[in-house]
Parts: sequence; C-alpha cells; structure tokens
Amino acid sequence: MNLPFFYACFGILIFLIGLIGLTLQPHILKKLISLNIMGSGIFLVFVALAKRAGLSADPIPHAMVLTGLVVSVSATALGIILAIRVKQLYGKAELPEDGR
Amino acid sequence: MNFLPLLILIPLTGAFLSFLLPRYEKFISLTVITFLAFITLYLGNIVFHNGPIKLVAGGWSIPLGIGLYADGLTILMLSLTCTVAIAVSIYALFYFDSHKQTSDNKDITKSWWPVWMLLLSALNALFVAADAFNLYVTLELMGLSAVALIALEKKAIAAALRYLFIGLLGSMFYLFGIGLLYALFGTVDIIELTHKIQSTPTTLVSMVLITGGLLLKTALFPVHFWLPPAHANAPAPVSAVLSALVVKAAFYTLLRLWLGPFELLVSDLVIQLLGILGASAILWGSFQALFAQRLKLVIAYSTVAQLGYLFLFFPFYHIENANTIAWYGIIWIALSHGLAKAGLFLAAGNILHAYGHDNIHGLKGTSQYLPITLFAIGLACINLMGLPPSGAFLGKWLLLNAAFVSGQWWWAIILLLGGVLAAAYSFRILLFAFQNDDNNIRIHKPHGLMQWSALGLTIGAVLLGIFSDHLLILLSSGAKFGGLNLTEILR
Amino acid sequence: MSLNNSLPLLILLSSFLPGMVIFFLDEKQHRLRTLLNLGGAAIKLMLIGILTWGIFNENVYESRFTLAPGVDIVLHADALSILFVTLSSGLWFVTTLYAIGYLENGPNRSRFFGFFSLCVSSTIGIAMAGNMFSFLVFYEILTLSTYPLIVHRGTPDAMQGGKIYLTYTLIGGAVLLAGVAWLRAIAGPLDFTETGLLSNRTDLSRETLTVIFILLIGGLGVKAALFPLHGWLPKAMIAPAPVSALLHAVAVVKAGAFGIIRVVYDVYGIEFAASLHLLWPLSFLACFTIIYGSIKALSQDELKKRLAYSTVSQVSYIALGTAIIGPTAAIGGIIHLVHQGLMKITLFFCAGNYAETLGIHHIHEMNGVGKRMPWTTAAFTLGALGMIGIPPMAGFVSKWYLGAGAIAANQSWVLLVLFLSGMLNAAYFLPILYKAWFEKQSDNWPAERHYGRYETHWMLLLPPVITGLIALLLGLLASSPYGVLEWVRLIAYREYGL
Repeated sequence: MNLPFFYACFGILIFLIGLIGLTLQPHILKKLISLNIMGSGIFLVFVALAKRAGLSADPIPHAMVLTGLVVSVSATALGIILAIRVKQLYGKAELPEDGR
Repeated sequence: MNFLPLLILIPLTGAFLSFLLPRYEKFISLTVITFLAFITLYLGNIVFHNGPIKLVAGGWSIPLGIGLYADGLTILMLSLTCTVAIAVSIYALFYFDSHKQTSDNKDITKSWWPVWMLLLSALNALFVAADAFNLYVTLELMGLSAVALIALEKKAIAAALRYLFIGLLGSMFYLFGIGLLYALFGTVDIIELTHKIQSTPTTLVSMVLITGGLLLKTALFPVHFWLPPAHANAPAPVSAVLSALVVKAAFYTLLRLWLGPFELLVSDLVIQLLGILGASAILWGSFQALFAQRLKLVIAYSTVAQLGYLFLFFPFYHIENANTIAWYGIIWIALSHGLAKAGLFLAAGNILHAYGHDNIHGLKGTSQYLPITLFAIGLACINLMGLPPSGAFLGKWLLLNAAFVSGQWWWAIILLLGGVLAAAYSFRILLFAFQNDDNNIRIHKPHGLMQWSALGLTIGAVLLGIFSDHLLILLSSGAKFGGLNLTEILR
Repeated sequence: MSLNNSLPLLILLSSFLPGMVIFFLDEKQHRLRTLLNLGGAAIKLMLIGILTWGIFNENVYESRFTLAPGVDIVLHADALSILFVTLSSGLWFVTTLYAIGYLENGPNRSRFFGFFSLCVSSTIGIAMAGNMFSFLVFYEILTLSTYPLIVHRGTPDAMQGGKIYLTYTLIGGAVLLAGVAWLRAIAGPLDFTETGLLSNRTDLSRETLTVIFILLIGGLGVKAALFPLHGWLPKAMIAPAPVSALLHAVAVVKAGAFGIIRVVYDVYGIEFAASLHLLWPLSFLACFTIIYGSIKALSQDELKKRLAYSTVSQVSYIALGTAIIGPTAAIGGIIHLVHQGLMKITLFFCAGNYAETLGIHHIHEMNGVGKRMPWTTAAFTLGALGMIGIPPMAGFVSKWYLGAGAIAANQSWVLLVLFLSGMLNAAYFLPILYKAWFEKQSDNWPAERHYGRYETHWMLLLPPVITGLIALLLGLLASSPYGVLEWVRLIAYREYGL
C-alpha cells in the first residue's frame, strides 16, 4: 500500500466522479467540467504509475500527461465555443433532447 | 521511405498556410492533395514489392520515439483517404461558395479548408501510426477536426456537441487503457506489445477500456445513437468524409490492436458478442433507414448498418482459414463502403442543393434534372446491397464463404438479410427519385463537377469489385493471416 | 490475348459497349442509336458464328478474369452455352427492331436502350458462364438491368410492378447466393462439368447437398416462375411490350430455366441428383406449375396476363424435361428452351401490335381483329398452335420428346400432365383465335392508328412474322441433320456421358 498506489486509487475515484457528472448533468458547461475532471483523474493515475518502479520517476507517463493536457485544453475550448452557439440557437445551454 | 512523415507534414503545413493565407486556400489545398496522391502511390509501390515499411521519426528509438509503420492495409486505407479527399475537395470547391448564398452562416468557407487539411493530416497520421499512444493523439486530432467541421452547419451544432462528448468519453477510456498497458509492459509500440503482453486481470481491464472507447467512436450498436444526427446534418462533404473515413479510422485502430496485442486475451464469448452486436447494427440500422424521411438520415442509418458488417469478422477470429477469408472480406467491404458512401453523401448534397430540401417524398424529377447524380446514387446503392458488380459483393462473397467454412452458417443469414434490407431502403429512395416531375419545380442545378465527383467515387466502388486481384495481393503484404487464396484454403 | 481467350468476352462486349455509348446519346440522335443497337446485334451474331465454327474445329474458347485467387469470372463456350447464346442474340436482334418501332417518339429512349443492351449483355454472361460464381454474378446483374426497363414508363402501376419484381428476384437472388456460397465453401471451385462436377464427391454430406439443392432451385425458381415463386411475372406485364417479350422469351425467365438445367446437369449430374432423390420433387413441382399456370390463364381477360400465365406453365416444361431421367426427356426440355422462346416472343409481339395499333388490351375486344390485322393474327395463330402442341409447329416436337422420355423413364403419368396441359392450352388459345378470325368486329377499336399501306408499322410487323415462321420451320425441319434438334441431341447425350 505505498503512496503511488494510493494516488492511483484516488485518480480512479476522480475519474468515476467525472464520469457520473458527464452522464447526469444536463448543462453543457458542467459536462465539459466533468470531462476535465475525468481527464484529471486519468492523469493522476498516470503520474502515480510513473512511480511504480520505486526510486526514479518514469518520464514517459509524464510526457503522456502533458500531451493529454494539451488535448484536453483544445477539446474544452472547442466545447465552450459550441456551448455558446447552442445557447444562441436554443436559448439554454443544454443539448436538445431530440438531437436531430 | 522518408516519405512517410510527409504524409502527415504536408497537409499540416497546408492547414496552417490556408489559415494564414485565405485567398490561396483552395490552391494550397489542391496542391496538398496532389502531393499526397503521388506519395501514396509511390509508397504503395514500395509496399507491394518490398513488404511493410518501418520508420522511427526523429532518430529516437522506441519506446521514446514515434514509430511509423506502413503495410498493405495501411496503404489501402491511405489510398481510400486520398481518393475520397480528391473527390470531396473538388466537390467543396463549388459547394461552399454556392452554399454561402443560401446559408445563414456567412463564415462557413472561412473555416472549411484549414480544418479539412487538419483532418486529412490526422487521418494519415492515424493510418501510419505504429504505437498505441500515437493512435490516441491522432484519434483526438481527428475527432476534434471532425467536430469542428460538423459544426459548420448551424443545424448540426447540437449533433456536433454530442459527438464531441461521446468522442472524448471514448478517448478517455482509450487513454486510460493505454496507460495501464504501458505501466504493465513498458511499451506502447504495437509490435512490441504483441510480443510482451501477458494475460493478467489488469490487462483484461485495459482491453475492456480500450475496446469500449473505440466502440463508442465506431458507433457500434447500441452506442450508435450519436451518428445519425451528426452525419445527417453536417454539410455534405463533411458527411462524406465522416462516414467514409472517420468511423473507419476508429475501427482500424480496434482491428490493429485486436490482431496484435490482444490476441492472447480474446475469448470466444467476446468475439461472439461483437458478432451479435454487429448483426444487431445491421438489422437495426437498416430498419431505421427504411423509415427515415430525409435522404441524408437514410444514408446515415445505412452507415450504422454497414459498420455492423465489419464486426462480423470477429466470430471467425479463432477459426483457421475462416479468419483469413473473413478478414479480407471485411476490409473489402470497408473500402468499397468508404467510396460508395462518400459518393452517396455527395450526391445527397447535390439534391439538397437543387431542391433546397432532402425530403424523400419530394425527390421527383431527379431522373430528369440530375441524371448523373441519380446514376451515382444507383451505383452506390448497388454497393450497399452487396450486389455485383461492386466491391461490397466481393467482400460479402468472402464473408459468406467464411461463414460456411467455419460452420457458423447463421452469420450467412444475417449477411443476406442485410442485403435484402439494404435493397428495401435503397429502392425506396430510387422509387421516389425515378418519378417524373410534371410541375417543373425550380431547381438550382449544382455545378457539373459536383455531380461528377459523386459519380466518380461510386464508379470507384464498382471498380474495386472488378480490379481487385492486385489490390488483394497488396493487402496481403504484412498481413497477419497471409495471402488470400480461396482455392487453397477451401481445399 | 489470343482469339480463344477473348472471343467470349468480345461477344459480351458487343452489346455492352454500344449500350454504354447509347446512355449518353441525346434523345434526338435516333439514327446513331439505331445504328449502335442493330450494329451491335449484327456483330454479336457474327462473332457467335465464328465461335460455333471454331467449336466444330475442336477449339476451346474461354475468357477468365481473376477477381481474387480462387474467385474467377469465367466465360466458357460449351455446347449448351452456344445454344442459349445463339437463341438470345437472335431474339435480341428482332426485339431491338421491334422496340425501336414500338417506342418511336417515346420518352427516354436512350436510357431504355442503354439498359436494354445491359440486359442482353447479362444474359450473354449467364449463357456463357463457366462456373456457378460467374453465373451468379451475371444473374444478379440481370435483375438490376431489367428493373429500369420494367419501370420505364414511370407510372404508379409501373413502379408497383417493379417493386414486386424486385422483392421476388432479390430475395431469390439472396437464396441462390446462399446456396452457391455454401457449395463453394464445401466443394471447391464450381466449374461446370458435363455429367456433373459433384457426381464423384462421395466425401460430401448428402443432407447438406440436398439442402443446397433446395436453395439453388429455390433461388433459380423465382426467375423460372416455378410455383409458388411465380407471382412477379403477371405483375411485370405492366412493362412495355418489347420488355415483356424480352423478359419472357429471351432473358429473365430463360435465365432461371437455364440455371436449373446447369445445376441439375453440370453441377450435380443427373445420376447423382437422382440418387439424392432430388428429381422427383422437382418434376412434381414442374407438373404442378404446368397445370396451375394453364388454369390461371383460363380466367384472364387481359391478353398479356393470359400470356404471362401461359409462360409460367410452359417454362416448367423445361424444368420437367430436366427432372426426368433419360436423354430423350432432356432433349425435350432443352429444345423447349428454344421453341418456347420463339413462340412466346411471337405472341408477345402480336399482343404489343394489338395494343399499339388498335388499343386492344383485353381479349373481349379482339373480335374480328383478324380482318383488320391479318398478318399479325396469322403469326399469333402460329404461336398459339405451337403452344398447344399441334404439329408441325415446333411446340409439338418438344412435347413429343418429353412424352417419349417420360415413357422411357417409367413415369408415364407425365403423359397425362402433358395431355391435360395441351387441352388447357387449347381451351385458352382457341377461343382467342376464333374471336379473331371468325367473329365480326363488335365495337370500334379502342384507339386506332393508321400506318398507311400495312396493317401496322413495318418494324412491329416484321419481327412476329419472322419468329412465327422460324417456329414453324423448326418444327417442319426438325429431323434435318443440321437443325437445332441435332445440336440439342448432342448436348443431351454429352450431359448423360454417352
């Protein structure tokens, strides 16, 4: 039960919280935040996994996290713009039920 | 061999240049595509004669560096991308200009070309990727560009956002799975993983996560619900690229991983489950297509159905000989579907352009005003039905043989039923379109090249069923199952 | 590419290429279109002549195209394929002539003749197919190329007829595909072999082969209009007369019957099929269809529908001849392919003439038509007498051989069926002839058109007269050593390995 394992478990917990938020929250911004939380959870797991060998941290998972962060930022930006458009078109920032 | 990275760099550069110099965006894009065509042909020639190409970019060896890999399957997917790209670009030369006049979104052309180039570079990068993390990055780039392109059309904003959410969800699962694999085996390179992988509970979790994420992106029943609105409401050239290439890329990733690292972990239960989901997709998608009222919606549901065919490979996974035949079969279905569906969406775009709507009941007169478009639709439908002469017929023939050789004859029933249902929804469209219009409705006739690019693609799908011999040999280069020789395999 | 390799392909291209060009012609370019049509047909007949002469000199003609290793499209000239190819091409020539006359000034002629050529090309492909896979490919292409012909007029009735046609033929095609794929998977390449490619395959499960046989015959039976798969045929009569003529005599129905011949003789082999007890159900079904078709024909007042049910009945003679063991019955079945084609096409040409010239669609309108259109009615008479089986018409020859074959195979009950069928044919054809020749014209013709000196357009008149006379000649000269009958005798003996 060393520290990295503890962090990894926390990471999974955060991931699950984000997942629940994504599924249940109707508001688009909240969905985006949930996605970000999911991402943070995964990144935490990665960072924890980087320390699995014990002494020195493996840089590759760190590189993956950095890449993931960049992707996350771009995706969130795109999501926010689309959220604004949806609000303009439909009056509220929620995905219309029909979706057609 | 240094040409492999160019496949990614050239369109990327093109994207930035188009963004910076909008006046020249069309010229830049067409130049990019021309280069890509030549490079793909050149690479195809090398792979055909010398076998798969491997490259490590930047001089860093794996697992630090980015590995690139091109075998027969890669080249064929690249060629599909290229062919569709040429037709779609020619189409887009005219589509957006005239669309600008009728759309509320005046900025629509401002974003098309740069983002299209980005999508193209993402697709190319995905097909030549040799490690699983690279696949993640390219899947993301592809997904984001695709969402942006869908959102060009105001009616499609909600669908685009939904696709973004589902896509990101899928990517998260995928990323998580890759991380676990790295932690266990110290590499993300696909070939290395295949050697090093062992069956542990964590590996199984990883496989479930990765597969789940990719299934979301491939819109397999029952998580297909995001696809019809997205593909139906996007601008026509975007729909074409989405149905033909983007969903195929996700499936390609799945196939690479399942035929490589996950080989040990595949159980009979799972492969039958995938087969059943595929069959459900075929039946459900076809039924929905039968009752949809808008042309593009019919075509989008048809994509859901056709993607189901691809999953019919999995039940034969463990059976010698049947797996070879089935693998070649679904690749052929995937390639010809790509060409035919892209052509079909472009043709639907022509109809939308001419009539101002794509309601099925209002299609009369198409045979008089848009004969080339109607012919394209006809040829595409022949492909969807899996009738000769089309590439899909050859694919279906191979899958049928696989079903009978393996003794799992029930998949044959699904295949044939799928064909009959496809005929039902195809001829429903054609029936309405063949009717004569006596009222002389006013139409805006689309530019000739818009019609011919649609027809060109569908003719390509037919040619894939005729001149298949050499291409099949190309496909066998680096293939896990070896070459296809039906006479030897079937005794 | 030597002549031996390319000749079968060239024969197919001789209608395919002109067809492709015709699609792009403007409506007004009717001279060019006619030239392409008739020119293609003439070239095809010439090439077939070369082919036949070459076969006499022991040449082998085969065009092989590889789609994938082990998946080949093969066009092969053997005795049976030459027979069907010659029949199709000859009849195509006269039908083209007829169609040009019939559709004069009609809309969308380029589209029509384009698909017309495709239809014939597919039939040539079916005729010359060298293995079951190639046969299947061209069989399905035939379905696709005939559909636009059926719905040519674009009316709601035409579209409905087309829909029913497709439902039947596409489902039939799927069943056929299942059978062929299954057989391919267990038995290897399905190259047609005289006396049957499966006949030595004792390693295959008899139950499986029986099921496959049912699938194959079921799939083929749709086009061959075997009961209960015949439902599309009367509904497809909504098509213009040249299309009906094509469908019934040249292409679709014959393709189904031809397929049954191929499956029984060249895939299973007659002895093997008999040992699997597959033949007596087939002959029973054929007999049932023969009687059923004729009974239904009695109750039809629409001329084309009556002829349609007559086809349902008559084509089963071919299936019957195939199902009875013995070369004599085989001769009867195969020769009826030719005879029925000629006689039925004559009848349909005449029906078209009546419709075009006088607006007649129903039999009750036909009183006294023999006086107004004597040549057409004379041709109709020849066709009808042939259908009944009265010598010296060709129809009598087929029936004679079928009967003799039945006796030789100890299935004399078939004679009863043949006799009954003959009576029924008389019952529904003789009244028409009586009305036409001996009744006085009762009312004004529904919609009359005058063509000057002749009773109708010469392009509509000449074809039925020609085909009717040929049907007569084939009957009169049946015993001549160079006739069609000799050729069929050769085929039948080869199939039996004699």
